Amino acid sequence: MRRTLIALGLTAALVAASGCTSRSTNNCTDPGGVIKVGVYGDLTGQTSSFGQSTRNGSQMAADEINAAGGINGRQVQLILEDDQGEPGKAATVVGKLVNQDQVRALIGEVASSNSIAAAPTAQEAKVPMISPSSTNPKVTQIGDYIFRVCFIDPFQGEVMAKFAANTLKAKRAAILFDSNSDYSKGLIQFFKSSFVDKLSGTVVAEQAYAQRDRDFTGQLTQIRSANPDVIYVPGYYQEVGVIAKQAKQLGIKAPLLGGDGWDSPQLWDLGGEALNGSFISNHYSVDDPSPVIQDFVKRYKAKYNGTAPDALAALAYDAMMVLADAIKRANGTECAALRDAIAQTKDFKGITGVISLNADRNAVKPAVVLELRDKRFVYKETINPDSGPGTTASPAASTSPANTNASPTANSSPAGNTSGGNTSAANKAAPNTMRNANAGNMNKP
Amino acid sequence: MDTFVQQLINGLNVGAIYALIALGYTMVYGILRLINFAHGDIYMVGAFAGYGLAYFIAAKLGLAGPSWAGLLIVLVGAMIVAALVGMAVERFAYRPVRKYSRMTTLITAIGVSLLIENLFVARYGGQGRGFPQLLQDDTYRLFGNAAISKSQILIFVVSIALMLLLQWIIYKTKVGTAMRAVSFNLNSAKLMGINTNLIITFTFALGSALAAAAGVLTAQYSPTIDPLMGITTGLKAFVAAVLGGIGNIPGAVLGGLLIGVAETMVVGYGANVGIASTYRDAVAFAILILVLLLRPSGLLGSTVQEKV
Repeated sequence: MRRTLIALGLTAALVAASGCTSRSTNNCTDPGGVIKVGVYGDLTGQTSSFGQSTRNGSQMAADEINAAGGINGRQVQLILEDDQGEPGKAATVVGKLVNQDQVRALIGEVASSNSIAAAPTAQEAKVPMISPSSTNPKVTQIGDYIFRVCFIDPFQGEVMAKFAANTLKAKRAAILFDSNSDYSKGLIQFFKSSFVDKLSGTVVAEQAYAQRDRDFTGQLTQIRSANPDVIYVPGYYQEVGVIAKQAKQLGIKAPLLGGDGWDSPQLWDLGGEALNGSFISNHYSVDDPSPVIQDFVKRYKAKYNGTAPDALAALAYDAMMVLADAIKRANGTECAALRDAIAQTKDFKGITGVISLNADRNAVKPAVVLELRDKRFVYKETINPDSGPGTTASPAASTSPANTNASPTANSSPAGNTSGGNTSAANKAAPNTMRNANAGNMNKP
Repeated sequence: MDTFVQQLINGLNVGAIYALIALGYTMVYGILRLINFAHGDIYMVGAFAGYGLAYFIAAKLGLAGPSWAGLLIVLVGAMIVAALVGMAVERFAYRPVRKYSRMTTLITAIGVSLLIENLFVARYGGQGRGFPQLLQDDTYRLFGNAAISKSQILIFVVSIALMLLLQWIIYKTKVGTAMRAVSFNLNSAKLMGINTNLIITFTFALGSALAAAAGVLTAQYSPTIDPLMGITTGLKAFVAAVLGGIGNIPGAVLGGLLIGVAETMVVGYGANVGIASTYRDAVAFAILILVLLLRPSGLLGSTVQEKV
């Protein structure tokens, strides 16, 4: 009897296994019909506001595409997966999306470590993956099917270094970074190379913490004794809120500087007024008066109970729209054709700026510096990349189903930005990267 | 000098929290020889209870914002809730399996721990939430750069008060005497007419209440709580209990303070001797291994002949 049971169990296992293998390849040819797009992110873990914003942004884009008749008449269906913010699970859920759900493209992740873990699966299956907001350079180096619609950390680190040295006149910087995150480790490296080598500042203290740490007083005490002008903390909001609070408890007055990893409505809940006077680099400002952004904010708020879209939501929206545009141009989702179409994205007018992908499959876009004040990210200045995206392509080359609004390139001259003097060296970029420059006049304190 | 004093304050602060939690581990071990792995999660439950209460009193009693009355209600309320949860865990998870081997109870404890964690993740999500500020956080400068914040003072005052109260309960009250009797020998205590089930339940309630106090105090100091916050903290408190000598109450306090100071000093000065600050967690467990190798009974624990 027992043997029979074992035999039965083995048979069942074999059947299950063979069932799996028969489905485990993602066919490259377009099956037609509804276009399935996998969206994965941290929906329930430590950084769940990242995943939720990404879900909301991409869902809103997909809904708008479908309401407008779909892509070449085909509807888009998003398939959501939760990776709980863990790299291992990110790879697993992408495997599921690719092999079981047979998605034609992927949108995700936010945290670079998770994108790096998941990208090889997408690359191997030749399923194009667009990361809306992973900024570590390694992400797109994984392969030619991996793209992103945001700037990368060498630029983001440089932005904060320039802001610290030029605008805040800082000479001495301390660094406190998240040793578990590729994002954080990359950013401090680029911050240092810019701040120390190009702007002749010094790094007076460098301390690390681990994700899920709740006590940072040890690190902050050492930083305080080094007496820095600014403290660069390029971590994720979950830890940063507590860091700000404990820095204040220790009587630290130097402003904290951060990156887009701070951007979450949750941040205020954790750090409260201790965050006032900090600065972050980010992808866009919700206060930007440009009609495209304000219209987007209005639609998003209407759809999601008044929640304002953070940068991650806007980037996810852009990622979905870039993908839709590419599918339209490729006229289908055949792997190589879709990959090439995404790679050829030029001057796509997104919410977070004009998106052109370079040879490394990264978007080259300006960054904004925002000041944290009374639970708001207040626009401070725009810093442009030194080498702008190609200016030769005609702006009319890009057409997007949902971008029927007025052109987002509501440019003002660089001089319109009162802080332009500080960033003038960087302002030689292509004109289409200066979209945010005019926002400064409205929101300057 | 001021940096060193500051690090000492920081370390003792973290240590006081570990000590409060370690007391629960050590009391339960003393009575049942059970390592209650769900204890770290009771600490988390206490913090969440405090969170709920803080919002409740803000909405119903108008006690929004920092106030001493609000703090007291939240602290005591969270302790009561956690005590009830601790009693329920004992009654429904441990008591039915107590008659089997200790291994069974230990595995049950791990199961209870996972159950509580995942129930909370399912209900509240894994993301941390900000804990409302219950006292105006002022910082007092001591000398040089060294400073102490109000929430740090609160941790010291409340934890010392609770430890003195515990000492009083155990050595001066009838129920404390009964607890000590049960920890000497459960069966003999039963023969002497002690209601051992009641005493065990009381011990769980007491330990859980202390853990809840630790949860609320931590949340004042580093204002974020999440369903998995009890894992690392609970493990370190367990190490603290072993370091001090598991089953020994002053040992748990000493162990907690030592672990707290040790890991803060690693963060502060480890880099000078080539230990990165991210090794702070490793240090606690390195201490555990050393203790088990060199002095298995812990610093203050008495060597007991193993009964075979």
